[in-house]
Amino acid sequence: MSAFVTPTRTLISQAQLARPLGRTVYWTVFWVLTALFALAFLFPLYWMVSGGFKTPQQIIQTPPSLLPTSPAPGNFATAWRDMDLGRLILNTTLYAGGALAFQLVFDVAAAYALSKLRPVFGNGVLFAMLATLMIPTTVIVLPAYLTANDLPFTHWSLLNTPWAIWLPSVANAFNVFLLKRFFDSIPTELLAAAAIDGAGPLRTLWSVVLPMSRPILGVVSIFAVVGVWKDFLWPLLVLTDTSTQTVNVGINQLHVGVPENVFVAALAIASVPTIVFFLFFQRNIMAGLTAGAMKG
Amino acid sequence: MATINLTRAVARDLRAADPARRGGLRRRLRRNATAYLFLAGAVLCFAVFSWYPMIREVIMSFQYTNFAGDTKWVGLRNYQRVLHDPDFWSAWRTTGLFTLFALVVGYAVPFALAVVLNEIRHARSYFRLLVYLPVMMPPVAAAFLWKWFYTPDDSGLFNAVLHAVGLPGVQWLQSSHTLAVLCLVLFSTWINMGGTVLVYLASLQGIPGELYEAAELDGAGLLRRVWHVTVPQTRLILSMMLLLQIVGTMQVFLEPYIITGSANDTTSVVYLIYQYAFNYDNYGSAAALGVLLLLVLIAFAGGYLWLSRRAEEE
Repeated sequence: MSAFVTPTRTLISQAQLARPLGRTVYWTVFWVLTALFALAFLFPLYWMVSGGFKTPQQIIQTPPSLLPTSPAPGNFATAWRDMDLGRLILNTTLYAGGALAFQLVFDVAAAYALSKLRPVFGNGVLFAMLATLMIPTTVIVLPAYLTANDLPFTHWSLLNTPWAIWLPSVANAFNVFLLKRFFDSIPTELLAAAAIDGAGPLRTLWSVVLPMSRPILGVVSIFAVVGVWKDFLWPLLVLTDTSTQTVNVGINQLHVGVPENVFVAALAIASVPTIVFFLFFQRNIMAGLTAGAMKG
Repeated sequence: MATINLTRAVARDLRAADPARRGGLRRRLRRNATAYLFLAGAVLCFAVFSWYPMIREVIMSFQYTNFAGDTKWVGLRNYQRVLHDPDFWSAWRTTGLFTLFALVVGYAVPFALAVVLNEIRHARSYFRLLVYLPVMMPPVAAAFLWKWFYTPDDSGLFNAVLHAVGLPGVQWLQSSHTLAVLCLVLFSTWINMGGTVLVYLASLQGIPGELYEAAELDGAGLLRRVWHVTVPQTRLILSMMLLLQIVGTMQVFLEPYIITGSANDTTSVVYLIYQYAFNYDNYGSAAALGVLLLLVLIAFAGGYLWLSRRAEEE
């Protein structure tokens, strides 16, 4: 990304910045912002981690101490054990992985069909999908819950099963839209060439379209994984059994009766997986985020 | 992927061979069957978890139903009940106030910050990384963290800070409705602004430098350059984010649910839907309230779609 070098000028010209006054102002603003960001975004995380190290007396002490004077790392072990954090994190990872797989298979197939195979009523289907963008999931959460609890015709209940997370995640109009738009930009001639070589639609999708679509697949994958990690209301309803819950729901459910310092330690542990994920994929996540927003 | 160079004639031949255009009834039937096979999984999921619940929501709003499944048509009685519930107006007041504060704090601050950040030429990844960190926290963990920061006695982080600079402590969530909602907005802004700041930064980088150059030559000062170049150039993104944010904040649930509970009347509309359905087992009222919320949101969402279509044309 060219974000790190700015050859084009911005609001303030290079010449103005090069002047002594400009330079002073620039560095003042720079250091103030640096400190402000650390205070606003790093300090709360530090406070959380250090709070996890405090003893029960220390965490309610006034005024609170900046450092845990007699660190109690045992809080983290207690939190891990008592709140069954390992299971919550494992559950969420499983849900996120499954949602990713289902979205990649079904949404990519659907977007490919709508973009390249163009069946009759294809536009009608696309419109019906896009219309769901106008209807936020929070509004239909009750009938969706009742449906998941008693599926039409089969009368199966998906409650407390991974399917309750995986299948609804496929109904993601934004992802279908992003994928279709990307596939639209792939020249039809290329697919026709593959067809002449005797490739069927599936083969064309696999060997021609998908290899060209890596960037958009990355974006959709990140949205899928982050979406499951951040969702709260839906899993709160469909995962009532503590052994099946996600991190968000589990923390909400299990915090009753847990001592403050242990609970803060649990919050710190719960935040580790996504933050590590972010540090690993930060470039892709940030690029995907802006690309998604621009195209949406 | 090898670059494929085709002469115009070959391209035309190939276009004629495009499977989507080739004739023959049987062939066309087969192509449609294949296409619908590809569509089946997604269409089924949309049908079961989006389209059908949508219809069911409207039907349920005219019925009396509960978890046991007794069903009775009651006409508009659910709507009457909801409109006469004092909690209904209180929930809209909270939601409206949340949306309003979120506009002042959560909308203006990220844009101003992005404009300043775009001028910073050093350690850019430091700023981007930090502002996005909260976005990556599990929101429930972050909400509990802030609830702890808002502890009313002097052991709470925010009161300790006030204390350190010689100010008296504040009953953040307990004293007044307005302050409690403001506290929720502060948290919401903290955890969400990373995404907006990055989107604004990306659109700011798309502004051609010549525009600033020209404005400066015409004698425009710093603030006038912001007003006459930066804002018009990012107008589309700004208005899209505005609508997205309004639609998003009108659906606020997690913040009041975790941080304030139903204390101090901070129940939001979606939280009230949740309470009707799962605390009072009154599905009809929940559905009616859902439909009412939807009608309000559609006005905003319609505006959003209209804007993004215009963005596409440009």
